[in-house]
Amino acid sequence: MNRDEVRAALLKALVDVAPEIDAAALVAAKPLRRQVDLDSADWLNFLVAVHQAIGVDIPDAVAARLDTLDKLVDWCAQRSAAA
Amino acid sequence: MIEFRLPAMGSDMDQGTLLEWRVQPGDRVVRGQVLAVVDTAKAAIEVECWHEGIVHALLAKPGVTLPVGSLMAVLRAEGEDADEVTRSLAQRTGPEAGPIAPVPMPVAPVPQAVPAAAAAATPGERPRISPAARRRARELGIDPVRLAGHAGGGAVSLHDVEAAAQSAARPPASAVAVATAAGGARAHAMRQVIAAAMSRSKREIPHYYLAEDIAFERAAAWLAERNQGLPVSERLLSAAVLLKAVALALRRCPEFNGTWRDGGFVPGAGVHLGVAVAMREGGLVAPALHDVPTLDLATLTRALLDLVKRTRAGALRSSELADATITVTNLGDQGVGSVLGVIYPPQVALVGFGRVAQRPWVTGDGGLRAAPVVTATLAADHRASDGHRGALLLAEIRELLQEPDALDAREETR
Repeated sequence: MNRDEVRAALLKALVDVAPEIDAAALVAAKPLRRQVDLDSADWLNFLVAVHQAIGVDIPDAVAARLDTLDKLVDWCAQRSAAA
Repeated sequence: MIEFRLPAMGSDMDQGTLLEWRVQPGDRVVRGQVLAVVDTAKAAIEVECWHEGIVHALLAKPGVTLPVGSLMAVLRAEGEDADEVTRSLAQRTGPEAGPIAPVPMPVAPVPQAVPAAAAAATPGERPRISPAARRRARELGIDPVRLAGHAGGGAVSLHDVEAAAQSAARPPASAVAVATAAGGARAHAMRQVIAAAMSRSKREIPHYYLAEDIAFERAAAWLAERNQGLPVSERLLSAAVLLKAVALALRRCPEFNGTWRDGGFVPGAGVHLGVAVAMREGGLVAPALHDVPTLDLATLTRALLDLVKRTRAGALRSSELADATITVTNLGDQGVGSVLGVIYPPQVALVGFGRVAQRPWVTGDGGLRAAPVVTATLAADHRASDGHRGALLLAEIRELLQEPDALDAREETR
């Protein structure tokens, strides 16, 4: 999966758990959870949806570091390339 | 003849608009089956039926707003004669048939503000569309009648709506879509029902408040250990730990679990925790997790995730909005230290949690160090309980949180 495909999959997963958000207006370099007000249940739902969509399981400790869409895309793209 | 009437889904609901039927005459219905989708000020809700039988006649028409208690459909029991049911139904003319007719008042603000999505949908041409898709279409100002559905039976799915939204060039708004007329109308309607319920609460319920700082060190360590190496689909949420502690504590302090009706306390039939979920477009909904003491933490986490997801997608069931026996609000994710809540009538208590944070903590031997601490609060109805019992409830929650293994266990008997 290339970065664009990963990004599209992540955005779809995000809209899946938070249908109210406007994914087009997200700033990829800014902290994601603050932009779209994801609580801990939304966040875990998002991680589960990402896993279902692209088969990448982001560990708890890593997920805390991946606070922007850009970082999430980088990490997932790298992981899915390695798999 | 079995009557299917519009249930009150929460004390703040007095009417609902039928969006669609999920069954047709002749269908066999099992207990708990969703028969209809009804829109309320807070959300589109899947209305369950708690009888078994065969759908005899659907009386309410989609698009019509009905007061709570209106006869919506008639079922016949197994073996009941269809002609007999038709006859007894025919006898129900006059006042009894009244509620079936449209309510002649300008009730639903949503259709008026959303000419595209709601008003265009007259009964005959109403599209089949999932609640989540309908809600999204409203937010985007898209008319679902014009959408081609690709889900089962040609129904319009959320994906269809998203695809339509992407093909229509529209200027980006904020990251949280609240600016559409539809979102605004929903937010306004929700504010009205919240205003009514909270005003009633403060008018009628003599609240008292208690707070307790609770060491979360053992629970946090236990969670970290359990979650380590678990696939994301099996990971546990700390919110589930807090909810389970509340549920088990209520077993020992049952006077906080139930409702105040007609001048007296009515104990809850089970421990059904209403979980406050803040909506991004404004307002909140507190659907119920049922029989929480009987769930282990893995099951409870999955149930909580599912409930939050369906709340956001507008796919809640009537029972989830009708029968919470207490509300739990967790504002810790937003970073506040504690919350002193307003009770959701006719419930008699609300338990709140703030953020789990590192704070100075005096240990048993008089030492001082940093440890994860959470502040639990109780807002309770002084008509139903006293401060001493409230303190016992918080103390129970505190002790339960020190024994995560015991918390995880399922309660076998109710």
